[in-house]
Amino acid sequence: MRTSNQNDSDPDQDVVFEVRDLEVTFGTNRGESRVVRNVDFDIYRNETLGMVGESGSGKSMTSSALMNAVVSPGETSGEVTYYPPGGGEPISVLDLDEEELRKFRWGEVAMVFQGAMSSFNPVKKVRGHFKETLEDHNRDVEAGLERAHQILGDLYLDPDRVLDSYPYELSGGMKQRALVALALILEPEVLVMDEPTAALDLLMQRSIVSLLKDLKEEYDLTIIFITHDLPLLTKLADRLVVMYAFDIVEVGSTEELLYDAAHPYTRSLLNATPDLNAPIEEMQSISGSKPDPVTNIPGCSYRPRCPMADESCAEAEPPMADRGNGHRTACFYHDDVADEIPIPAMEAAEEGGEGE
Amino acid sequence: MSVDNSILSVDDVSVHFTDSSGFLGLFGERQTVRAVDGISLDIGENDVVTLIGESGCGKSTLGKTIIGAQEPTHGSVTFRGQDIWEAKNNRNPDIPFSEIRRSLQIIHQDPGSALNPNQRILTSLMLPLKKWNPSLGEEERRKRIYALLERVGLTPAEDFVERFPHQLSGGEKQRVVLVRSLLLNPDVILADEAISALDVSLRVEMMDLMLELQDLFNTSYVFISHDLSNARYIAEKSGGRIAVMYLGRIVEVGPIEQVIGDPQHPYTQALKWATPNLYEGDEDDDLPIRKIDIPDPTNRPSGCHFHPRCPKAREVCETNDPGAFEDENGHAARCFRADDTHEYWDSPSIVDD
Repeated sequence: MRTSNQNDSDPDQDVVFEVRDLEVTFGTNRGESRVVRNVDFDIYRNETLGMVGESGSGKSMTSSALMNAVVSPGETSGEVTYYPPGGGEPISVLDLDEEELRKFRWGEVAMVFQGAMSSFNPVKKVRGHFKETLEDHNRDVEAGLERAHQILGDLYLDPDRVLDSYPYELSGGMKQRALVALALILEPEVLVMDEPTAALDLLMQRSIVSLLKDLKEEYDLTIIFITHDLPLLTKLADRLVVMYAFDIVEVGSTEELLYDAAHPYTRSLLNATPDLNAPIEEMQSISGSKPDPVTNIPGCSYRPRCPMADESCAEAEPPMADRGNGHRTACFYHDDVADEIPIPAMEAAEEGGEGE
Repeated sequence: MSVDNSILSVDDVSVHFTDSSGFLGLFGERQTVRAVDGISLDIGENDVVTLIGESGCGKSTLGKTIIGAQEPTHGSVTFRGQDIWEAKNNRNPDIPFSEIRRSLQIIHQDPGSALNPNQRILTSLMLPLKKWNPSLGEEERRKRIYALLERVGLTPAEDFVERFPHQLSGGEKQRVVLVRSLLLNPDVILADEAISALDVSLRVEMMDLMLELQDLFNTSYVFISHDLSNARYIAEKSGGRIAVMYLGRIVEVGPIEQVIGDPQHPYTQALKWATPNLYEGDEDDDLPIRKIDIPDPTNRPSGCHFHPRCPKAREVCETNDPGAFEDENGHAARCFRADDTHEYWDSPSIVDD
């Protein structure tokens, strides 16, 4: 449990989601599996927030909890507060009943999952999906389809051809873009995207990221983008949330986390990520294996893999330390991390005059 | 493109798939996908070739053809001078087909489905040894397996061999699969997206391990990836080559420094643009391609297959198919722009601004 004053939102920011003490647990025959542990964070209006972490670090579960959409038998507890635009009454998402949730999802917050392939009904044309969604939410179908045309066009698709196709007639990249359009059809405020590009080719991934930037401007969206692809994320996100072992270990602006990351995990992750410029002799994987959601590691959860860990890391869980400018990190030694774990790729870029 | 002391030689190979199934065939024309279209490539001793391209470009089909798992519809694949498919169909080849089969191994993308879930790791590793080295005794086989497992960091090996696949992590499973292919002491291993399913934090380690073992076993790799950063890592670290595929053809090939550092083909340039780097200022967000979607592979564009997407296309590209222009370093690109004196330079642009 992190203790500190982090529970106060930044007063200068227009917060759209406030998440406090979020817990998601699953009962298993090996004991209780805590897949999200005491997570606190805010999402600001009209930002793109990137969530990054290894598979199984809890990022998908955290994002599902934003819509109270954790699959049964998962149990979600804590507070998720949604602030509608224009100063409307705050909504406590975890307390909504079924009917209220149905309106909230898609209308206020829409989600695009990994694997567009299985998100469409295979025996229904794409147009049918749009119509059904509009009808279900009592919207004007005519005007809605007009809007669908426009969004599909914005995504470099031929609207009529796509609407008149069955899902199998579209390529993976086309389906993924049609799914983004479908998510936006009810004009949501927030778009949550869970690995939306993981199954796509790199040219399509990068293209979708460029298109998302345009969409965000055009439709005033707040975007939450979840992925393990850190380089891609840095091209899109304003702020990054780094998850490790079911909790947030570092949060800050993308710039800040790239150049001044203060958690050993974030820095090691940067060193483990291959890109075209990184000096290959310096790249290193993170040794050790990721933690099991059933076990509780006393103290810092990264301790078993951390090169800087000492006894004090075993005794208590490090609180979120505030490093200013909204940059917070859960490490006792956050002031020393930069010296202990250098990032050769960053240094090379700075020497080349490409850095800050 | 040729290398000295080549083990495998792919000569003008094509693989065409013709759709002959379903009742649609009654009405429509038969559709042919040219998954691999006239490719030649040599693989030497201790060589590393990485194949990169979008899904559907034919990289896996080419990979399988290289190791003799897919019969080409045209052209030949020879292993140490022996035509693989003649060896299969001929009773007295110089090198028997089974020997070729053993020498050319494959590692798949998903290690989870490459291991029998109902067999202990030991069984999965013993079977291939038993099949190919029947003279080895059980003790000897076990010894070899233990030694290799320890070599790839699965220690203690005695403990690992007793486990079932579900008791291993993704990275551990991929190591077991690597060990299984190395046990046969192959000459070439095809690694088809072998690290794509691993977490980012583990990929570098896995690639390093594969290269370490290359030195030890004198193995060549054909490494298939859709990710340019991974392909660059393994090719640069091994001093290997990279081949960029588009719609069944190699559009650019050469030493990694040149293909990544100075890409000649607009498609390679687009792939490079699409590969984000961590420490790099805000690069251009404008797409360096005119169309996002890949054309229908059954109906490939005329002339240069890339021209409908190419931002540098000119009229000549619509009608003429560029051959490969190779420079003195073995860096070749199938684009008129690689030839300073080509009529392309006088041809009007077909790109609207």
